[in-house]
Amino acid sequence: MSLLDLSISELGRRLRAREFSSVELAEEALGRVEALDGKLGAFLRTTPELALEQARAADRRLADEADPPALCGIPIGHKDVLCTRGVETTAGSRILEGFRPPYDATVVARLARDGAVVVGKMNCDEFAMGSSNENSAFQPTVNPWDAERVPGGSSGGSAAAVAARLSVATLGTDTGGSVRLPASFCGVVGVKPSYGRVSRYGVIAFASSLDQVGPLAKTVEDAQLVLSSIAGPDRRDSTTSPAPVGDLAGALQEGVRGLRLGIPREYLAAGLEDGVKAVFDSACRWLEAEGAELVEVSLPSTEYALAAYYVIAPAEVSSNLARMDGIRFGPGEPQAPSLLEAYELARNRGFGPEVRRRVALGTFVLSSGYYDAYYLRAQKVRTLVARDFSRVFDGVDALISPTAPTPAFRLGERTHDPLAMYATDALTLPANLAGISGLSVPAGFASGLPVGVQVLGPYLGEAMCLRVGAAVERSADVWRRVPAGFDG
Amino acid sequence: MAELEAVIGLEVHAQLLTRSKMFCGCRAEYLGLPPNSNTCPTCLGLPGALPVINGRAVEMTIQTALALGCRIPEFSKFDRKNYFYPDLPKGYQISQYDLPLSLGGHLEFEVDGERRSCGITRVHLEEDAGTLHHAGEIHTAKFSLVDLNRAGVPLMEIVGEPDLRSPKEAPQYLRALRQLLLHLGVNDGNMEQGSLRCDANISLRPRGQREFGVKVEVKNMNSFRSLEAALEFEVRRQSAVIESGGTVRQETRGWSEAEQATVSQRSKEEAQDYRYFPEPDLPPLQVSRELVERLRAGLPEPPLRLRDRLRDQHQLAEEQAALITERPQDAAYFEAMVAAGAPPRSAANWQLGPLQALCKDAKLDIERSPVPAVELAGLVRMVEAGEVSGTTGREVLVEAFATSRSPVDLIRERGLIQVSDAAQMEAWVGEAIRQLPKAASDFQSGNDRALGPLVGAVRKASGGVANPDLASRLLRERLGRGGG
Repeated sequence: MSLLDLSISELGRRLRAREFSSVELAEEALGRVEALDGKLGAFLRTTPELALEQARAADRRLADEADPPALCGIPIGHKDVLCTRGVETTAGSRILEGFRPPYDATVVARLARDGAVVVGKMNCDEFAMGSSNENSAFQPTVNPWDAERVPGGSSGGSAAAVAARLSVATLGTDTGGSVRLPASFCGVVGVKPSYGRVSRYGVIAFASSLDQVGPLAKTVEDAQLVLSSIAGPDRRDSTTSPAPVGDLAGALQEGVRGLRLGIPREYLAAGLEDGVKAVFDSACRWLEAEGAELVEVSLPSTEYALAAYYVIAPAEVSSNLARMDGIRFGPGEPQAPSLLEAYELARNRGFGPEVRRRVALGTFVLSSGYYDAYYLRAQKVRTLVARDFSRVFDGVDALISPTAPTPAFRLGERTHDPLAMYATDALTLPANLAGISGLSVPAGFASGLPVGVQVLGPYLGEAMCLRVGAAVERSADVWRRVPAGFDG
Repeated sequence: MAELEAVIGLEVHAQLLTRSKMFCGCRAEYLGLPPNSNTCPTCLGLPGALPVINGRAVEMTIQTALALGCRIPEFSKFDRKNYFYPDLPKGYQISQYDLPLSLGGHLEFEVDGERRSCGITRVHLEEDAGTLHHAGEIHTAKFSLVDLNRAGVPLMEIVGEPDLRSPKEAPQYLRALRQLLLHLGVNDGNMEQGSLRCDANISLRPRGQREFGVKVEVKNMNSFRSLEAALEFEVRRQSAVIESGGTVRQETRGWSEAEQATVSQRSKEEAQDYRYFPEPDLPPLQVSRELVERLRAGLPEPPLRLRDRLRDQHQLAEEQAALITERPQDAAYFEAMVAAGAPPRSAANWQLGPLQALCKDAKLDIERSPVPAVELAGLVRMVEAGEVSGTTGREVLVEAFATSRSPVDLIRERGLIQVSDAAQMEAWVGEAIRQLPKAASDFQSGNDRALGPLVGAVRKASGGVANPDLASRLLRERLGRGGG
């Protein structure tokens, strides 16, 4: 039993009761990372000095303030695409090795404001491009439930660290499923907020029109507490919604009685593994038993979503990554005979193969003569996908589906087949195209591997997602299970 | 072969006089600062940083567009123009592609006293790049240094239609546009420092032909003179190509001041594909009709109309009216002088003559003149009323300018008001003749040049206050040359 097995509200209660200090909690987290991360690879670096400094400050607040924030003194980790002032931030890429941002991302600053304690930066696929964490330039993260399997990606380090109790909660980013997929594979909760619900300022961009920061945590309530801290308008990000966040905590206790929940027919199509199907079916029965009405719905544009996503996302990648030109970031190529060759050398050395593939893809689809056939058409598909969702949300409160067609797959299994790897995100990426809210909540196991259920809510429907997610969590009752080898 | 005709269109970039940059809070004023000191994560293009639209820059662009008679669509957006260059920190410039802030206007300008009109395709908004400092010549330098103080400064692009037909029209169009921007207060008009920049597209075709010829884009002209010279050079160069049976290559050429020639920079085949797409970090711009009408209501009087009005209202000479309305602060100074009772033509002469010279020497804008319009008007009125001589007036103005004192006060304090009292004048004239008997007799015997020293002696005897016209009349009478 470790302190990191406890939920945030339980930790908060005991911190306030002085059963232990935030410094002791941080030291335990750092100690577990030291002892256990060697076999996991979830952390790219720990930040012990920062953590202890923040923990000491949290202890003072816990002593002085009548009502300190829920996250005060709680150890967290940041996916390495989040800029942390003075702390190396690489986005999992060689080209950003040594980059110490002079500023904090808004989400980082907000968690610091609420007293959270940063223990380190989490491994991820390079620039968040990948579904298995195998695209990290530095190390693969493995699945804590089975070291031969992937943790999912791209926020694989963030998910694995929470599952293995190396951090109480973490932040990830979800562009096509990068929070929900690893949450499902590692058996933790992962929230993808609606586009514009959480600031992207200081988030190293993958695809700007799709990226959202979301929490990974052991429970729906823990995830809600982190989400409530980071969500809301930010004048530094013009794409944030001005709508107030409101009370998300209240949703957790409301139950699902009287809710109409839709099951998208297209999400249960061929390719769904039996074990995943079984877990999903039992989740459906629990929700019905709790008083929800389940109805089948159709999202007919689903079959085109994947193709549209792999046009739009790479297009934005090709532009977003242009600043990584080897001159201001990366080792530089002073011996290159020309400026153009300096760029080429630096980017060929600095970027891994998947990033190079997407930059090439994106450059192609935006090229004159191809723009209409690819980018413009993909944007039209995107509009159709969004219309599908808004139409079904006229009739149902939320949608439920498996988060992924399979549990965690084996390391190396899909690395040589990009299309198979891309298909991993088929059930998650439509929500990014539409900008709606979603989460993945652990619902059971298939052959010893965690299986998540995805809940999708309307735009700014985070409360509804949390409400349904909490009901699944209560019935499944699996969140206290700790992977073997991390349970001591 | 039919006579060839030039077809010219200008693209003008104007830095906007906003307080902050286009997409961040850094100062838009960047000259003279230590390299890379006027920067932040956003204008440095650091990973994760995001742009936020400068509302004032949008307003200034709309105002310029309205002054040019453009339409302002309700919906506009920003796009990314992608290309690699070391002065472009993000690897793309945030600009506007297919939905600019404004479309379709025109600009009136004058060539040899004749008014012309040139279509305006669009006015849109974008951001400036940084600057590069090469260690030597660009192609041989061992290294180049990047300064991003300028990166992200708001840049308005005014795209003109290919309506100009000769190189000499181009600088006139640009002068009129510059004047308009100055009157709107949106740009400082400084071409040397590059806050106002101009590129030109030029092609030739046989007169009478409807289709355009192959166009060449010419860059690097940083004065009205070099703009005209570059276009004249292109007319000669392209004519020679066509007349020798060749075809003009579509390309971008740069004006070389040293060689007084344009030099090929890149051909059509090497042209960049900018891969424009909508900027996902910025929501589309909804331009409300209320904002447009508010900005329209705040437009100043168009410079050409202001010039005509001042000319007609105050009987100014054409040239005077043109000079006095060159910049809004000149016109404002002039109108303030007239409002303070200065006769208009004299007011214009004093402003364009002695005052402008003083301002130029002191490197002061007329707005900051130590002698404000009301004070200069007072002085002009005294000169016109014969209370002080023009000479004294100019001397007093110099002192007033140097000491920031009121010229009228200076005149009063020193008792410099001209004396025309007959008895007093007679006494000074007598004194002068006594002092310069030789001059007096010379003048008496017909030497006109001897009058000057005598008048001077009168002024000296009076301590500078004797009315010089009256003095010479009295001298003539006393010395028997009153009749003529």
